[in-house]
Amino acid sequence: MSEAQADSGGARHGFRIDIKSVGPMIALLLLCILGYVLNPAFASEGNLTNILTRSAFIGIIAVGATFVITAGGIDLSVGSMAAVISGVMIITMNSAIDTFGPGLTTVLLGCGCSIILGLGAGMINGLLTTKGKIEAFIVTLGTMGIFRSLVTYFADGGTLALDFGIRSVYRPVYYGDFLGLPIPIWVFICVALVGWFLLNRTTFGRYCTAIGSNEGVAKYSAVNVDRIKTMTYVIQGLCVSLATIIYVPRLGSASASTGVLWELEAIAAVIIGGTVLKGGYGRIGGTVIGALILTTIGNILNLTDLVSNYLNGTMQGLIIIIAVWLQRGPWQKPASSQT
Amino acid sequence: MLDQTGAQAPVLEAANISKSFGSVPVLFSLSMDLRPGEVHALIGENGAGKSTFMKVLAGFHQPTKGRIKLDGREIALPPNGEAEALGVVLIHQELNLAEQMTVEENVFLGREMSRFGVLDRVSMRRAVQRYLDQVGLSISPTDRVSDLSMAEKQMVEIVKAISRDARVLIMDEPTAVLTEVETQMFFDQVNQLKARGVSIMFVSHKLAEVEAIADRITVLRDGHWITTATATDLTTESMAQLMVGRELSDLYPPMNEVDVDAPAVLKVDDLTAPGCDGISFSLRKGEILGFSGLVGSGRSALFQALVGLNPSTAGQITYNGQSFRPTSVAKARDAGIVYLTKDRKEKGLLLGQQMAPNLTLLALSKFSGPLGVDRKAEGAAMTRATRRFDIRAKTNETLVGNLSGGNQQKLLLAKVMEADPQVLIVDEPTRGIDVGTKQQIYHFLAALALEGVSIVVISSEMPEIIGMSHRVVVMREGKIAGTLSGDEISEQEIMRYAAGLKNGSEA
Repeated sequence: MSEAQADSGGARHGFRIDIKSVGPMIALLLLCILGYVLNPAFASEGNLTNILTRSAFIGIIAVGATFVITAGGIDLSVGSMAAVISGVMIITMNSAIDTFGPGLTTVLLGCGCSIILGLGAGMINGLLTTKGKIEAFIVTLGTMGIFRSLVTYFADGGTLALDFGIRSVYRPVYYGDFLGLPIPIWVFICVALVGWFLLNRTTFGRYCTAIGSNEGVAKYSAVNVDRIKTMTYVIQGLCVSLATIIYVPRLGSASASTGVLWELEAIAAVIIGGTVLKGGYGRIGGTVIGALILTTIGNILNLTDLVSNYLNGTMQGLIIIIAVWLQRGPWQKPASSQT
Repeated sequence: MLDQTGAQAPVLEAANISKSFGSVPVLFSLSMDLRPGEVHALIGENGAGKSTFMKVLAGFHQPTKGRIKLDGREIALPPNGEAEALGVVLIHQELNLAEQMTVEENVFLGREMSRFGVLDRVSMRRAVQRYLDQVGLSISPTDRVSDLSMAEKQMVEIVKAISRDARVLIMDEPTAVLTEVETQMFFDQVNQLKARGVSIMFVSHKLAEVEAIADRITVLRDGHWITTATATDLTTESMAQLMVGRELSDLYPPMNEVDVDAPAVLKVDDLTAPGCDGISFSLRKGEILGFSGLVGSGRSALFQALVGLNPSTAGQITYNGQSFRPTSVAKARDAGIVYLTKDRKEKGLLLGQQMAPNLTLLALSKFSGPLGVDRKAEGAAMTRATRRFDIRAKTNETLVGNLSGGNQQKLLLAKVMEADPQVLIVDEPTRGIDVGTKQQIYHFLAALALEGVSIVVISSEMPEIIGMSHRVVVMREGKIAGTLSGDEISEQEIMRYAAGLKNGSEA
């Protein structure tokens, strides 16, 4: 009995994995075809580069979120974290001009500051969750509010603008090319590759999956659960700081509305990509595609007047729900038949 | 047991039941009947089809072929537990209680009493109190289920069934997680229910219990009906033979004496940790040391402290002649001390993952190189373990949750062995697995001891402790009550220490 069922269970799972890895890819392809049919300008080189560049922010953050979610956590603070990091970066660089002048040193100082803040903020989220034994949802809901109000305070309710002298030095980080591709795309590619390797090929990634599947088993298997979980939040923080570094030169400013709802877009990208929200199974490749899908929807709405651009959120919401429905869709039999 | 039920018409009757999942046949034309007020045991090895058969009898599975009669009338039992309304209740092995709700709320879940649209808590509480009094359970209707012991939870399930006027109670391994004392308490309830005319059918791997409580016994093997006999006609020996279908000689391997001059590998002095207090014992190279005692006597707590799962607050551990402080599981593992948990589903294995990641999880650093985790080495380890431990799965992609209990346990054993332990601590190593797999595990442990690995066996099954151990430590209320060796090791002697009738020497 058990062997027969084991067999069918295995086959069923294999099938589901296939759907999970191929499904998002097919969805993205269909979206691209739809975009091209509605407006051939969609497939122009400029537009495709534009989509990739824009998805880099959410994509980089979502790669970090893949680790947090795979290990059974959640980080709601990433949008606010990006905002407060942008704010502090701008303040730092503006005040460093007096000492170092509007040059590379100042920009590097700002970037260093961003990375330290990202790592620190991630560390705080992680330690409060693990050592403080507070649910990740509550911790990051709290820090989300704190970070958001901090940036409002720093900007005094208005906008923090980067000094024009530095803008010209810093500008290439967003607008510059390397081997024909904009810098943000390169950063995105690197982050995704490193993330894929970490999650799929290292003990750290395996431990994340184990913790997300069953923390008790991980603990009994000599996994330092607290350290690994904290590390996922630190990685998330680092990803946010990298995304911020390429985001700041785009607008050259930060305000209370910077990065609003990024946390939801990042989580959405992760889930659309096939990572399981309750942890234990994560896919970096899926996350990348998830981020591309979200950006592509917005882009198609911009290029056509079929649906109002104001309904962008509606379309994204629908895609998220459909994606998850497809993943645990009707072909999956209830678990009770397996026992 | 007296057979007073012989002449009565059966309550529930199954005739030529066959069941297939897809194209895979699982049950082959099984027939049996359940008489009013009888206790009927269903035994067989893991994978014999017991659970499937029970689910068919309770309506959770529909038979592919065959008929079910209730009170002599042919009936198609409704699915999803709706057969409860007809008085047929299945109590699952994994109990089906809402942990965060109270006893009263659980008993009345889904059919709450109400007055004027508001819950009538007073009446419900009174009713539940009456049921609890009937079964002699000293808990309150307002107790939260999560605060109860396993045995009490089981009783709450039974109370729930009684409150629904169950006439047929089908139980999947009700005693698997109960201690001996709790089991006795459970048997008293069964006898009371029986006296009231309730028919009880249950699965158990503990043959001595089956002999003690059952009126009739049905044996299944590989989905086939083998026999139904009155309990008085069978001995535990003949039951085991019928289940396995071959002569079951040597359940326990021959005992090899430990070398007289074998060094003490592990020496524990006055260890105090949450759940245990002032523990001292020593373990020699190649020795199998049994730890007996009631559940909650601190056996697991002691060894969880020893492998760094819990912090110890006082005491001294000497390992290989050096002072040893287990500050983490990883440190204990690196030193060569590993612990096989008794809770393989919650603490042992990742049920949603394949076998290889489970196998290597404890010793993963061993498989990690400059290019990350070496999947080839993992595959090779999996092949080795499959052969060494006789793990039977259709493919390597099979999810661990879909393996039978016995194969899961062998995988768990393979997992801890990947860490190459010098001291192996196994906690209830054969819980809920069939007799054939038990035998394999016993022989494996004995062979390991012969190679010089020191083994601690924690078990609530006395025959296992007695059949395997060179010496036996009995614990009681967090302390060592006594240590037995040689001819002193007997069930009565262990019970005397475990129950507090005797208190004595230290190991």
